Amino acid sequence: MVEFRLPRNSRITGGKHFPAPAGAGKVKTFKVYRYDPDSGQNPRWDTYDVDTSQCGPMVLDVLIHIKNTMDPTLTFRRSCREGICGSCAMNIAGRNTLACIHGHDECPGDKVAISPLPHMPVVKDLVPDLTLFYAQYASVEPWLHTETPEPQKEWRQSPEDREKLDGLYECILCACCSTSCPSYWWNQEKYLGPAALLHAYRWIIDSRDEATGERLDDLEDPFKLYRCHTIMNCAQVCPKGLNPAKAIAEVKKMLADRVV
Amino acid sequence: MAAYEFIDHKFDVVVVGAGGSGLRAALGCAQAGLKTACVTKVFPTRSHTVAAQGGISASLGNMGEDDWRWHMYDTVKGSDWLGDQDAIEYLCRNAPAAVYELEHWGVPFSRTAEGKIYQRAFGGMTKNYGEAPIQRTCAAADRTGHAMLHTMYGQSLAHDTEFFIEYFALDLIMDEGVCRGVTAWKLDDGTLHRFQAQLVILATGGYGRAYFSATSAHTCTGDGGGMALRAGLPLQDMEFVQFHPTGIYGSGCLITEGARGEGGYLTNSEGERFMERYAPTVKDLAPRDMVSRAMTMEIREGRGVGPKKDHIFLHLDHLDPKILAERLPGISESAKIFAGVDVTKEPIPVLPTVHYNMGGIPTNFYSEVVTKAGKNPDQVVPGLMAVGEAACVSVHGANRLGSNSLIDLVVFGRSAALRAADTIKAGATQPELKPAMTDGHLARFDRFRNADGGTTTAALRLEMQMAMQEDAAVYRTSDALKSGVARMNAVNAKRPDLKVSDRSLVWNSDLMETLELDNLIGQALVTVTGAENRKESRGAHAHEDFPDRDDKTWMKHTLAWFDDATGKVKIDFRPVHDFTMTNEIAPFPPKARVY
Repeated sequence: MVEFRLPRNSRITGGKHFPAPAGAGKVKTFKVYRYDPDSGQNPRWDTYDVDTSQCGPMVLDVLIHIKNTMDPTLTFRRSCREGICGSCAMNIAGRNTLACIHGHDECPGDKVAISPLPHMPVVKDLVPDLTLFYAQYASVEPWLHTETPEPQKEWRQSPEDREKLDGLYECILCACCSTSCPSYWWNQEKYLGPAALLHAYRWIIDSRDEATGERLDDLEDPFKLYRCHTIMNCAQVCPKGLNPAKAIAEVKKMLADRVV
Repeated sequence: MAAYEFIDHKFDVVVVGAGGSGLRAALGCAQAGLKTACVTKVFPTRSHTVAAQGGISASLGNMGEDDWRWHMYDTVKGSDWLGDQDAIEYLCRNAPAAVYELEHWGVPFSRTAEGKIYQRAFGGMTKNYGEAPIQRTCAAADRTGHAMLHTMYGQSLAHDTEFFIEYFALDLIMDEGVCRGVTAWKLDDGTLHRFQAQLVILATGGYGRAYFSATSAHTCTGDGGGMALRAGLPLQDMEFVQFHPTGIYGSGCLITEGARGEGGYLTNSEGERFMERYAPTVKDLAPRDMVSRAMTMEIREGRGVGPKKDHIFLHLDHLDPKILAERLPGISESAKIFAGVDVTKEPIPVLPTVHYNMGGIPTNFYSEVVTKAGKNPDQVVPGLMAVGEAACVSVHGANRLGSNSLIDLVVFGRSAALRAADTIKAGATQPELKPAMTDGHLARFDRFRNADGGTTTAALRLEMQMAMQEDAAVYRTSDALKSGVARMNAVNAKRPDLKVSDRSLVWNSDLMETLELDNLIGQALVTVTGAENRKESRGAHAHEDFPDRDDKTWMKHTLAWFDDATGKVKIDFRPVHDFTMTNEIAPFPPKARVY
């Protein structure tokens, strides 16, 4: 029989409760995944009753408010706070997104669960280990390959050819897509995942790139590419509104066309 | 004190920071065959270069005639004659090649109908020495920094730079005035590391988070500047803090100057396009310091918009929605998310917001860090370079022109690598490091880790941010600046009373924020002290009690040292380089700065 319970050291226990200060205005409760590797203890859910009238509109504002006024030990990545750096990707109310551009009033229910991106090793609290994700990105050789001697000035590219990069180059490597993909959960050591594949296609389709054949060769693999089963979670969750599944489909089409 | 042990590394070059300038420097050093490490507290593509929007300046001439000399003139004038003209010549001459290099690496620039790099108008960029606005700013829609940073990180994966990601740099290893490396704390396992190198290149960015409202990322804490101060080195021109005219009212998120470059304009509560009064020739495309002052003046005189009459409107609603979608998609999205505004129909509420530090670690145009030693104002600090916003070359002087920062990153990142290749030998023997060189680093780290006073990091940070926001603003007065110095001294005096709640070593973000705050405090203090000391108005330093520029007394760089133990700031000066790099162009003598 399949063992569905989590291993003993991964089971999440109940944690601390941090009540709102007396006289708080609009209180909303956030249930946050906590894990401290230094403590040797199991992960836990801490609950924070946050006075949302005292903080900004986004979930990141809530987390910062908790850290500044309730519990300085809470740990999460954050940087630009405007949806361009990709640091604060996490699972909020069951959905991967960026905390900095997700409003806390958009979260349904009176208790909002916040946990790290799913199916990645957790370093601490909301900080996942993205080493593999980055290695997969690097494996698609995300740089321009050319053999023709470089021109004195720029490579020419028509506005139409440039337009083909729209919807691709805007990826911020937040990992929301890959870590929402069941196929990636199951086979992440062999399947590249939607983010890396979107980048692969971004270089394949760049009119300046001269390694299209080699790039396609590299992806022609039962696992790297073909573990995409068009589940489409990637396109559902992308906080930048991109569609990695479509990019993957384009690569599959190019490979099919090549055979014919 | 707990017993800490270092894990040792030896490199030819260690670059600290992996934004645009750090990646360019690291790439160049690796290409030159030097064994290069890049140590960064965030994954490279999370660096704040990623948030740059409008573009990168270079006189490519894709939209009509252009000339690097015109670019140079604009930059000198934009700097209000505080920029070093030799460095500005270096920047503008090398700018086109630097942009072509980025394009060859794959940056997805927007294109003209002929397939060339698209260039847009930006503030202070003019043709024929100030005649009329010019399109000089190369753009990838309004995500130029993002496109550049991702491309440069990709490119560095193709080379032999070794990345140390999520390592927080602690201090410079100094040995009788020579830099021998840097220490760092590895976040994901809590270990401490000693990076020995013949050359350390600081590419740690600005310290925008010294203020309450800034376009800067949370991570913009100027860690290199903090390290330089603790190493006994001065920072230069720190009083010059750029306010970007168009931060979104409330959140402070950036709306690119490219919005005005594409035809956007500002209005007051009377619906007046008031920039026509302040800068009749270039109007809304005046440099940032002037636009920020004009906006502040309109608000002060009761012509602000909104219920509190405390901000200004930026209009894009008259532009073709197709152009907005093609050239300004990112800020259209930001305006929706952070101001609830549909830019095709309504104006964006905006306010001048802290954006950029013209000041930083003083360098020459080889990117070598310099200090004043006796009478020599250009004494090179051996083993240490600085690039990007962390540095003060100084190409931006008292006010940076929009799109001159991205070009600064790549031109001087490259210059640092070229100089490294010229001055050091791959694999050369390095002297043994002694514990005494790093004992202070460990003591500081341990002190903050176990800090158990009565003031939380968040509380002291807020106190600093409010002092800077209120007393070192767009307009300054003697009284406000005196108050700012007193308030910052009080903040500094509370450092021993800090309280850190998390004692762990793995990803202790409470401790990291405290170390960052420590870096910020020294820089905020020299900023407000330098501002209090400068009795004139120049560029971004607008002093109401001394409203005129005073070239006779004040055409000089401020140098400020900070004594970490006593909290004392010492001020001295360096002459501005009012000479050019080559004799192919004459320097531009100071004149009144009108647009």
